[in-house]
Amino acid sequence: MNPSGQSRSSSNSGSAERPNGRSQVLVAGIGMTPVGEHWDVSLRNLALDAMNAAMEDAGGLRPDALYVANMLAPALSGQSHLGALLADFAGLRGIEAATVEAAGASGGVATRQAYLAVASGAVEAALVLGVEKVTDKDSGQVEAALATATDADYEAIQGVTAGAQAALLMRRYLYEHGAPQYALAGFSLVAHENAVANPNAMYRKAISLEQYSKAPMVSDPLNTFDAAPMADGAAALILTRADARQHSQSRPAVEIAGSAVATAAMAAHDLTDPLGLPAGAASVQAALARAAVQTEQIDLFELHDRFSIFAALSLEAAGFAERGGGWLLAKQAEISLNGRIPICTYGGSKARGEPGAATGIYQLAEAASQLQGRAGKNQVSEASVALVQCLGGAGATAATHVLRRVSNGI
Amino acid sequence: MSENHLMRPNRPVGFAGYGAYIPQFRLPASEVARIWTGGQGGLPIVEKAVAGLDEDVITMSIEAARNALARSGVSASEIRAVWVGSESHPYAVKPTSTVVAEAIGATPHTQAADWEFACKAGTEAIQAAIGFVGSGMANYALAIGMDTAQGRPGDALEYTAGAGGAAFLLGPAETALCSIEGSYSFATDTPDFWRRANETYPEHGERFTGEPAYFKHITTAAHSLMESTGTTPSDFRYVVFHQPNTKFPLRVGKELGFREDQIETGLLVPEIGNTYAGSAMVGLTAILDVAEAGDRILMVSYGSGAGSDAFSLQATPLLSVRRSAAPDTLSYIHRRTEIDYATYARFRGKLVTQ
Amino acid sequence: METSRHWRLRQQRYALVGEVCPNCDLKIFPPRDICPDCGHEARTLFQFSGRGEVYSHTTVYQAPAGHTEGAPYPLAIVQLEEGPLVTAQLTDLADRPVEIGMPVEMVTRKLRSDGERGILVYGYKFRPRLPQGQPG
Repeated sequence: MNPSGQSRSSSNSGSAERPNGRSQVLVAGIGMTPVGEHWDVSLRNLALDAMNAAMEDAGGLRPDALYVANMLAPALSGQSHLGALLADFAGLRGIEAATVEAAGASGGVATRQAYLAVASGAVEAALVLGVEKVTDKDSGQVEAALATATDADYEAIQGVTAGAQAALLMRRYLYEHGAPQYALAGFSLVAHENAVANPNAMYRKAISLEQYSKAPMVSDPLNTFDAAPMADGAAALILTRADARQHSQSRPAVEIAGSAVATAAMAAHDLTDPLGLPAGAASVQAALARAAVQTEQIDLFELHDRFSIFAALSLEAAGFAERGGGWLLAKQAEISLNGRIPICTYGGSKARGEPGAATGIYQLAEAASQLQGRAGKNQVSEASVALVQCLGGAGATAATHVLRRVSNGI
Repeated sequence: MSENHLMRPNRPVGFAGYGAYIPQFRLPASEVARIWTGGQGGLPIVEKAVAGLDEDVITMSIEAARNALARSGVSASEIRAVWVGSESHPYAVKPTSTVVAEAIGATPHTQAADWEFACKAGTEAIQAAIGFVGSGMANYALAIGMDTAQGRPGDALEYTAGAGGAAFLLGPAETALCSIEGSYSFATDTPDFWRRANETYPEHGERFTGEPAYFKHITTAAHSLMESTGTTPSDFRYVVFHQPNTKFPLRVGKELGFREDQIETGLLVPEIGNTYAGSAMVGLTAILDVAEAGDRILMVSYGSGAGSDAFSLQATPLLSVRRSAAPDTLSYIHRRTEIDYATYARFRGKLVTQ
Repeated sequence: METSRHWRLRQQRYALVGEVCPNCDLKIFPPRDICPDCGHEARTLFQFSGRGEVYSHTTVYQAPAGHTEGAPYPLAIVQLEEGPLVTAQLTDLADRPVEIGMPVEMVTRKLRSDGERGILVYGYKFRPRLPQGQPG
């Protein structure tokens, strides 16, 4: 079904990117905190919890580089310069460290930086941390901070919010494709269903279509069940080369088989094809090519359902549905755990919760868990290749990774 | 005696363009009465225009100015003065006129200034613009009268203090839609209505605002202008006065010898309220929307404090050719959305939110 | 207070002044100096008519700090008749329902105040088109 892992090989598809001496990059450890309103946990303590968990999961591997994915700390915590701060706080004083920011895609983009550093041999083991603390300021301030991911001079000044951006696309989508009012409800339903068995999820109750249809509007036609809840959270990965793993582990190894980041116009109104999610499409194509993987081989897709419309657009841009057909997948339940293309297997942003820049790391950690068979009740059977994608803004940045189970132990 | 006081510039001038703006919201006077008097008492008007949350004298002046420019066919770069008269300028210090000038494209080679004289701040600007253009200093000057007037909650003025106004582009008489035959100004120190610097709402002298103020100044200005131009009320097809309510302009017109049919076209106050600095001027735009070539028009403004500017005008053949280039005043009046007192209070910032 | 920032943008905000590409004639808003289509330098100013139609719309109920005074407010992506899409608030709707395709025109309105004591920020919004005057 998929190529078995080779102990020392770089991606050998026809990809253009092939620096010399590129090594296979493994996800050696994962860690995450529950997503929620952590009134009693500070930004740095949240980060520490995730970093410690990841390093422990990696068998005590000490990273020599830290990549922090964060967007809102300067605005909501008065704190920038997180690389140095958190390296020190985690007992890693002295290592190279920096923040990587691409709005909601920060997690995936930080992972790409870590991947490139490890693959090139420049870094032995990279710790990628996503952290976001949104509960120390009121909702109006949080909305204003989130709006800095839109075009400040041409969207935010008009009062555009992240939800309004998505709503404008959602309405146009429903109009162009003649889709009914509740066409996107299925994404919310599946997300909630999958979160029930996820102890880290913010919302662990399934919801019904009736509840969805009665939800109040955030920015019409987008209602509260179309919008992922912003909350505190931190998640971390340890990436390392296959030959640098400290000791063998009994569970299967997971490699980053493909990695790609693409950008598109910042504001939705600047795109020539606003519903085409061009950065999503481009980064999927590149990541799949680099991994030498076809769409049909994907066993699950951790897409970024920050708003339900992006679930539909992501599925279309990745080739799992035709243009205008993304919503039909939700309708026909093809996206549930035993469907053709499971999504949001741990609840997605909608039910697991949306911790901003950390989302991309949660997604990768969840996908890695799936491939290692650690997903418990949420296990996608025989999952061996996962597609993971996070988005910044309305798709202005897309970071896509292909994860692949290598073999049982190395 | 009067001949000395008539004001005529060296070269004849007129209005090259005119434009109104009236916001869409309406607060019925009956709604004010419902809140404050339990519905008792007479109503001075039917309803008044109220500016929306995103409107102020700057935004309204921009639209009126754009309408005036459209009717004139003149390029904004030819304007040498942008003058806005109001008693509700958005800033206490920072000109309305520079924002308006920037928005319409008249900057940077232009004079810009804000004018103030209660309800006749707009005609102040017209008087000065006549001199500016008439002296040959400039070919075009924009004079705007615009207000988003406020009345103290529960006060008599709250029924009528409305929002709206008009812009007039002054230019050479040869290409004008309406020529200006002459003007006259009458001013005295008469404190009938005022607002101290740090107060939100104005004070008024109740019945003192009648005889010694409104009636004295309008009547004297109208008489002086007609005497010095050798005209009588029957020479004018239309007359428009400052309109603080329905009764005053009808009464002063009658006392001067005008008929109701001369007054009614310009009498907008029953449907939009008293637009203060824009009051007589917006009434004039309604007249220009229908006047025929050769029609004489008398406009007499009034501003508390106090004074009146009187103008003798005549429509030219160019009026009917160019006036359809912008929305007419009736279409602004008919664009109406009724609001209740609570919505009005929110719009006008009368709710304390911090 | 971001006085100079708003001041820099006043021409395009007050009057919808954009650019036209001297190479491929693309009308560009907002001005960005490099044509997004052909990559040529594009600094020639272009005055848009202000007319357009609604491409998509929404109403914001959860407003960010700085915009709460006017909430809830309608937003739209408007397709200008010269081509570009622009995001802006709608205004003067009263009870009128908004529809994709509705003809609108640009008006200059208050966008917000730059803090309690800062400058008032003016800019473009769109409203349903007013009829022009009748001839004669």
